[in-house]
Amino acid sequence: MIRVIAGRSLESLVVLLLMSLVIYALIGLMPGDPIDLMVQGDPRLTPADAARLKALYGLDRPLLERYGNWLLAALGGEFGYSRLHNQPALAVILPRLGNTCWLMGASFLLSLAIALPIGVWSALRARTGADYAVNLAALAGISLPTFWLALMLITLFAVQLQWLPAGGLQTIGVESVADRARHLVLPVVCLAVTHAGAYTRFMRAAMVEVLRLDFVRAARAKGLSETRVLFAHALPNALAPTVTVVALSFGALFSGALVTETMFAQLGMGKLVYDSIMGNDYNVALVALLLATALTLAANLAADVLYAWLDPRVTFAGRTP
Amino acid sequence: MSGRLAAAFGGHRLALVSAALLVSITLAVAAAPLLAAILGVDPDEVNLLARFQGPSLAHPLGTDELGRDVALRLLYGGRVSLAVGLAAAVLAAAFGTAVGLVAGYRGGLVDAALMRLTDGVIALPLLPLLIVLAAIDPAKLPGLGWLVAGEDASLYRIVAIVVLVGWTTIARLVRGAALSLRGRDYVLAAESYGASALRIMVVHILPGVTTPIIVATTLAVGNVILFESVLSFLGLGIQPPTPSWGNMLTNAQELIYDAPALVIWPGAAIFLTVIACNFLGDGLQDALDPRARRD
Repeated sequence: MIRVIAGRSLESLVVLLLMSLVIYALIGLMPGDPIDLMVQGDPRLTPADAARLKALYGLDRPLLERYGNWLLAALGGEFGYSRLHNQPALAVILPRLGNTCWLMGASFLLSLAIALPIGVWSALRARTGADYAVNLAALAGISLPTFWLALMLITLFAVQLQWLPAGGLQTIGVESVADRARHLVLPVVCLAVTHAGAYTRFMRAAMVEVLRLDFVRAARAKGLSETRVLFAHALPNALAPTVTVVALSFGALFSGALVTETMFAQLGMGKLVYDSIMGNDYNVALVALLLATALTLAANLAADVLYAWLDPRVTFAGRTP
Repeated sequence: MSGRLAAAFGGHRLALVSAALLVSITLAVAAAPLLAAILGVDPDEVNLLARFQGPSLAHPLGTDELGRDVALRLLYGGRVSLAVGLAAAVLAAAFGTAVGLVAGYRGGLVDAALMRLTDGVIALPLLPLLIVLAAIDPAKLPGLGWLVAGEDASLYRIVAIVVLVGWTTIARLVRGAALSLRGRDYVLAAESYGASALRIMVVHILPGVTTPIIVATTLAVGNVILFESVLSFLGLGIQPPTPSWGNMLTNAQELIYDAPALVIWPGAAIFLTVIACNFLGDGLQDALDPRARRD
């Protein structure tokens, strides 16, 4: 098992390395380069100065050479400076990571708390009106544009009813947990609603699948109470595939966090990715994107490991039969 | 008993309603230029004296912050959103099908390489990647200069971007099916007659995988419309003055106080279209593939 995990981790690292090259190349394709921005900001710079600066910073070198230099520096913990913040890129990113963890963690738990019970409940009533109603609601959640839901929530709860703040991390000058929590309510609900639908459908499908199997019939036949059949026999088996799909949807959750943070002015990773790309802050954009990719790969790895642990029949050799 | 009765119709009736809804939306947006000509209204015409008007006979849904007719802009925006959704979903399906067929039929190293690539793309956080792709300057890429030119540039661009990342689901589905079909007797028979690999993939294997392709493409149309709307909303997708459902909402956050109706309509249009696509996909799956029934 440990060897398998090590192997899969290595595979993920290789993917991450390849992705770092892809992302590096893509960022290089964004309009302009750092020296162009300096020239725009300082009209006294002559084209000769610009060329000299480009040579000094190695910007006139071929892509692979620049990437190699960047990678060597990055492995030494040196990720460059942020153009917009005048700080090392990592110093900009790390505090944002914490904020994003709060938002994603809370909405992840909330969406599971909604989705798992409803999914099971709906599976027990498969092909009845209640089941179709749940399916309708779940598909509605999936089909809602996150940014539009955010606008609607702001209109209703912040503008009309004035119950909750429309955005920001906290009220300026107020330093309390309750205040931070109040600012998190709308973003968390917004992100949770758009993900609970998919999770509900996963849970329902897995539970329906399991309830059809012989061991459930056997458990009922030997006279176990329905509660025991459901919670001790069926549910654990249905949870295994659900957990996997849910962990695999981490990338989608991060995409949702990007939109939610932008809409509610939460200073998190998602908003940072968006702002740094829009503001040509190459170093920050690069590291933030890589970090998001690394987190997604880690979640996928965790999904694989968790699945094997929950279901001993799974062997990694058969991952792509 | 009434619960059972509702259930018997439930799934498919909703799919039928969705199909009808999608057909009506398509017809309505197709007729947009006709309506514009009949009413004598130009969707791009700015009239600063008629900003934020309420619903009236001349403007059924009122006017926006530049005095343009909201109803007509919704229809024109729908043309763009639907066209992008359909084009990107179909192209991505074609690309994914090609990858899946080659991987599944060829097997071996080709299969391993293509599937690792697919896994890699699936593992990426999509929206950040789409934003980078939307922000890059095609002029820096050799041979792509034509993408920057012309007023439809942002349209082609967003289709290309979505295709680049959207082909993976179908590639996996098709590969799985191709893998199970390539050992069938009729495929072996064709091989022994000396049919070329291309012919076997297209004529003998492709027909066996059409059902999952149709279902996945239907679901993808809804997803693409969602991605287009969020990119356009963030200012990276369809560029104004061309209206799309996404970029009609770009100024919505500031307008929320003055004109909440402007915020509601485009979002509702996106929501209705996407949910109809999702229901239709679900219904098609039930109807075409009895083994995957929701029961």
